[in-house]
Amino acid sequence: MVVFERPRSLSPLPFHYCPGCTHGTVHRLVAEAIDALEIERRTVGIAPVGCAVLAYDYFECDMVEAPHGRAPAVATGVKRTRPDCIVFTYQGDGDLAAIGTAEIVHAGARGENITIIFINNAVYGMTGGQMAPTTLPGQITTTSPYGRNVKTQGYPIRICELLSTLDGVAYAERVAVSNPKNVLRAKAAIEKAFRYQTEGRGLSIVEVLSSCPTNWGMTPVEALRWVEEAMIPCYPLDVFKDTGAKGGMNK
Amino acid sequence: MTSRIILAGFGGQGILFAGKQLAKTAMHKGRHVSWLPSYGPEMRGGAANCSVIISDKEIGSPIISQPDILVALSLPSFSKFEPAVSEGGLLFANSSLIPEKSKRGDIKAHYIPATELAAKNGLAGGANVIMLGYLLYVTRLFDYDELIGNILSSIPASKSALIEGNKKALLLGYEYRG
Amino acid sequence: MSQKVLMKGNEALAEAALRCGCLYFFGYPITPQSEVSEYMAKRLPQAGGLCLQAESEVAAINMVLGAAAAGVRAMTSSSSPGISLMSEGISYLVGSDLPCLICNIQRGGPGLGGIQPTQQDYLQATKAPGHGDMHLYVVAPASVQEMAGLVARAFDVADTYRTPALLLADGALGQMMEPVDFDAALSVRRDLPEKSWATTGHGGKRKKNIVNSLYLSPEALERSVLSRQERYREIERTEVLCEETDTADAEIILVAYGISARICRSALEAARAMGIRAGLLRPITLWPYPRAALLRAAGHAKHFLVVELNIGQMVDDVRVATQCHRPVSFFGRCGGMLPTPEDVLAEIVKIHESIREEGA
Repeated sequence: MVVFERPRSLSPLPFHYCPGCTHGTVHRLVAEAIDALEIERRTVGIAPVGCAVLAYDYFECDMVEAPHGRAPAVATGVKRTRPDCIVFTYQGDGDLAAIGTAEIVHAGARGENITIIFINNAVYGMTGGQMAPTTLPGQITTTSPYGRNVKTQGYPIRICELLSTLDGVAYAERVAVSNPKNVLRAKAAIEKAFRYQTEGRGLSIVEVLSSCPTNWGMTPVEALRWVEEAMIPCYPLDVFKDTGAKGGMNK
Repeated sequence: MTSRIILAGFGGQGILFAGKQLAKTAMHKGRHVSWLPSYGPEMRGGAANCSVIISDKEIGSPIISQPDILVALSLPSFSKFEPAVSEGGLLFANSSLIPEKSKRGDIKAHYIPATELAAKNGLAGGANVIMLGYLLYVTRLFDYDELIGNILSSIPASKSALIEGNKKALLLGYEYRG
Repeated sequence: MSQKVLMKGNEALAEAALRCGCLYFFGYPITPQSEVSEYMAKRLPQAGGLCLQAESEVAAINMVLGAAAAGVRAMTSSSSPGISLMSEGISYLVGSDLPCLICNIQRGGPGLGGIQPTQQDYLQATKAPGHGDMHLYVVAPASVQEMAGLVARAFDVADTYRTPALLLADGALGQMMEPVDFDAALSVRRDLPEKSWATTGHGGKRKKNIVNSLYLSPEALERSVLSRQERYREIERTEVLCEETDTADAEIILVAYGISARICRSALEAARAMGIRAGLLRPITLWPYPRAALLRAAGHAKHFLVVELNIGQMVDDVRVATQCHRPVSFFGRCGGMLPTPEDVLAEIVKIHESIREEGA
């Protein structure tokens, strides 16, 4: 009996991600959700610019590689012209929460019927550990070498809370992939975010708190602990909006 | 034979509409035409003008530096374009809003109190079409029926109330004799 | 009854696109091209298509990218500052080999510039519309009728060679009305290749498609760039368009495109009436450029006069094309100022006199 196998929607390729990086985990969860809903034949994924830029190689569905931050606009172009396709973006925090803020906010405002997988690891990974819009106050990065000073470098952006105020957003939940229990919650959230698209509910976003041991200068285990001890207090795990819940719950 | 016509006035006076009627009527007669509007933040209230060229041959520049015919509905447009009218050209001035007379001896000037005529006949906003009627009478650019047919076909069904007003306005101008 | 309708250039290009099967328009309002999106907003829903007003030109061009990746005919239009914003997406469209139509109804620059007609984006359009070794198929209509016809051609070339096409017009052509005969404008139809590369969901019937412009291996990137260059060479061989008026016996040849060519046509008539042997060579494609026609003309013409609504952007292309066999002069206005035919005629007369003096 096979107890563990590769999801159909995940390509049989070795990931290029660093040891201890949680992108691989999230990729797997996305692929599992696509498999569970049996939508891989009509799914089109939009890859970002950032560590996950090669995501187009890792999913066994049609993929488009978008310019930095523009994935929600590209997704809009695909979804509006091919409404039967299931369209998702996979974006990091620099991509979505800095350069692509306008695109994600307006995709939400328009209620684009797409799914957004948003990786928040509080740092620019691919370019080598610079400060991100999601970097924590006091956090040291290569461009905040004295720690992020909120007086001069501003405050972290809480994307799920922000997007949950938009009428076009159907579902916004923040999860973490820091321990098995949280991974299971993340799996359920990601599947729901895809299911809501099949039901035509509007934009769904799952923000995934992820680790970046390489750029944080930690071991993988330390990094997962840091997600829980440092990130979750700033980015609480919660469902911020769920139009499918009883009474269309909105926090 | 080429006619270069500038229609000018305030935004909101229906300058562009009037120019379009000339261009469209000429097009339906198989002539070459171009219609070039001034554009920008002057949709209402500011200065508005358009250049209409009607020709037997293909039209080069759609821009008119020296009009053969000037239709001026406001004083600023009169002041701006009257000196540019080509020698032997025609001027049609809305004397309700243009108290001045052309001092040029080399053009033929025609005056019609279009705004007053419109007001007296309950045709608010009809000065443009009254001017067209007068222009038509003087120039015989088109047959009366051709022009009125085109004007009426430009009125959308949702604004059919405007049909009678436009008919009346064109006739008023056409029958005006100074 | 003629088939002709009186339309603005902006409306004619929109209607032509729709009739060419472009049912998807993404844009952001900007003067002097807003009629394009207004027209599309009215007509596309009736035609079963979609006109979406994006949050920015940046988003609009990326929506076009997504739609083009999904295999449909899609377009956007803007004016100069908006096109600058789109240059990122334009480069990605090229890198991803996606066909689409982009319209630039030019206004004055740099910066916010002005809203009156210019041709100040010639170099951007033909030399550097985005980063990387790239070109767009660039067409420059000179009448409202041609606005419609070149939309059709641009879409066909885009689909044939998997390249974005750019229609470069200006505020005057966009705003002016002229008669259009759409049947005549859209009479040429090509057999177009299947878009088997489109990302529409593999349906379990084929391998997955990837639309992408990233190549981490320099060898692979070079191969990709060079294979695109081969397509560019093919476009140069087969898709150049220009129009010559009275050039056969001309001593002085005017070179102008778009609205400047219209002004030149009037100047040309006046020059001929004065007995000056002048002609007009009007590039209709700005990339690829009609180099062969210019070189041919350089065989007999004595002098070239380039007329543009800018400070001299195409003039070097004329010098290169004519291989500097003949003197090339320039006359232009910018910022939204339009030269009159009389202004151009004065330049022609000056050149004519200088030729006579040399001959004497």
